[in-house]
Amino acid sequence: MPTVAPLDLEGHVVGVAFLKGIPFFAEATGAIHRLDHGHKTTEVHEGLLSLVLDEANDTLLTGGEDGKVMRTAADGTATLVAEAPRKWITQIAAGPQGAVGYAYGKTTHVRLADGTSKEFAEERTVEGVAFAPKGLRVAAARYNGVSMHWVATAGQPIDLDWKGAHTGVTFSPDGRFLVTTMQENALHGWKLDAKPGAEARHMRMTGYPAKVKSLSWSAKGKWLASSGAPAAIVWPFQGKDGPMGKAPLELGTRADIMVTSVSCHPAEDIVAIGYQDGMILAARFADSKEVLLRRPGKGAVTAMAWSKDGRQLVFGSAEGDCGVVDIAG
Amino acid sequence: MTETSPQKPIPVTVLTGYLGAGKTTLLNRILSENHGRKYAVIVNEFGEIGIDNDLIVESDEEIYEMNNGCVCCTVRGDLIRVVEGLMRRPGRFDAIIVETTGLADPVPVAQTFFMDDDVRAKTELDAVVALVDAKHLPLRLKDSREAEDQIAFADVVLLNKTDLVTPEELDRIEATVRVINPSARIYKTQRSDIDLTKVLDQGAFNLEKALENDPHFLEQDDHEHDHTCGPDCGHDHHHHDHDHHDHDHDHHHHDHAPSPIHDVTVQSISLRGGEMNPDRFFPWIQKITQTDGPNILRLKGIIAFAGDAERYVVQGVHMIIEGDHQRAWKEGEKRESRLVFIGRDLDREKLERTFKACEASA
Repeated sequence: MPTVAPLDLEGHVVGVAFLKGIPFFAEATGAIHRLDHGHKTTEVHEGLLSLVLDEANDTLLTGGEDGKVMRTAADGTATLVAEAPRKWITQIAAGPQGAVGYAYGKTTHVRLADGTSKEFAEERTVEGVAFAPKGLRVAAARYNGVSMHWVATAGQPIDLDWKGAHTGVTFSPDGRFLVTTMQENALHGWKLDAKPGAEARHMRMTGYPAKVKSLSWSAKGKWLASSGAPAAIVWPFQGKDGPMGKAPLELGTRADIMVTSVSCHPAEDIVAIGYQDGMILAARFADSKEVLLRRPGKGAVTAMAWSKDGRQLVFGSAEGDCGVVDIAG
Repeated sequence: MTETSPQKPIPVTVLTGYLGAGKTTLLNRILSENHGRKYAVIVNEFGEIGIDNDLIVESDEEIYEMNNGCVCCTVRGDLIRVVEGLMRRPGRFDAIIVETTGLADPVPVAQTFFMDDDVRAKTELDAVVALVDAKHLPLRLKDSREAEDQIAFADVVLLNKTDLVTPEELDRIEATVRVINPSARIYKTQRSDIDLTKVLDQGAFNLEKALENDPHFLEQDDHEHDHTCGPDCGHDHHHHDHDHHDHDHDHHHHDHAPSPIHDVTVQSISLRGGEMNPDRFFPWIQKITQTDGPNILRLKGIIAFAGDAERYVVQGVHMIIEGDHQRAWKEGEKRESRLVFIGRDLDREKLERTFKACEASA
């Protein structure tokens, strides 16, 4: 039976991560907590809005209501990456070679490791930012599609068009697919290696009863797990056409309790599923077998992340009742 | 199993009005007066808000058309995101105020609070307040539809800068506003000086409160406001009703004066009927809002259903319609059904005829 080491914080937790094996919890207040031989806290923002793990550098990147982009290391020290006074930094992404992407208003900003920065303007508000896994290429989700820019060269962006509001974006780990979350209850995907204009280029993933807010690629990008239903909806991405013509897996189905967060195991085809009521299950893709990782708590699960060895899962909630699950027990 | 206790929804007030109508002045009053409440304010530009407040958030107007084939189903994407961010730390404020740009369409702002599930779960649209520059309104109505839309859509209209016009001009302006929107509360102000209890916490979209607290709702055809306003009705109300009453007369006679409503394209249609048959009324109102939704800015009504002990209230914005039982009919209260549509290109004859056909006795 897995055991849970709880950590009770005061309010909404925006993101969680492991840095060098240490669990981190980022609160909406701007405080970043860690369990490193006791509970330690760094005040990083006046209001924290966005968080991403920079795996290459073992640091956390965060954006705040204070207009700051910060990098926090495993020892809790925080350094300023960039600042835009009075702007809300709602989007943040970690890129290759130490690049940091962030956005406010209609512009994506990319800060390179050498301190130089680039700006990419869109016609509409940038709602999501992600870097391609290879090459210095950044994608900005916006109304009616996604714009992809090569950061180093001043070429024209590639526009991926699909009508509607795209509120988030992610590349598959192999870089072959790009998927957005939408304002309507759907995901939209593009096969990036298909010819522009080809019908097979588009992938519509619909049928959700709620907006999709959490996405997670499984090991080697074979599957994409998503929230937005009373089960984790897991789309197959093994074939060259992605999930087209195939039904997704529905894992951890509960009667009317919505899934709010998903996180795929780093090695196995297993997904951790966090629910509206704070419960967490792990489910295996092969046989849908479920294991209870945490009983319901005070608030919806807002974030989860696995340790690199896949033995621990850190989670955060909307009401601050967080913790670390040890799978081995 | 532990249930998460639902938070009380945070009220949201939307301020509309042309540039220079006095929105910023009103905002500064709201933020600086000692009322013991804390507000988060969403603005398009920080502009001239002179108050130091951490909770003023700048947001670029971002209109989403919903992919459901309905042209009037628009929401404000920027508000969805900002409200989501604000509501992660709800202890910081008691209410939210959204200030729109002078040319903004108030409809997507309001619809955001009905159509987005996440926003709807945590907030509640309280009222749309339109500021009108008494001096410049005639000009605004000539050159744009937005000024008219803002008035037509409002629950509360502040007729501001009254010191810049003569009493006669002011009467004409008020009559014009009343023609565009017969159900809004109108207050005459200078430098946006208003008792804030008239603007905030109105519950105008709350089905339980909205029509109950609205003594002159749908009664522009009545000339008996004094009777509907009981002794527990506030003085200002009372006074206001008198004004309203007078102006009804004004616009009945407006053909003697230069027409105050020359540039008005919005119309309001008030329907009155007896007890309704729910099996006829619901399909009817569904059909009307589906077919005429794009032309309906607001609708509000109180319906008496045959054999039903409770009043049924409805309200709508374009194609969105909500209804619920409100309270028991009081003893001696006239069981009649009333409905007002504010919009454009509405077919009065058809609405009247088809509404009548829903009556239980029809």
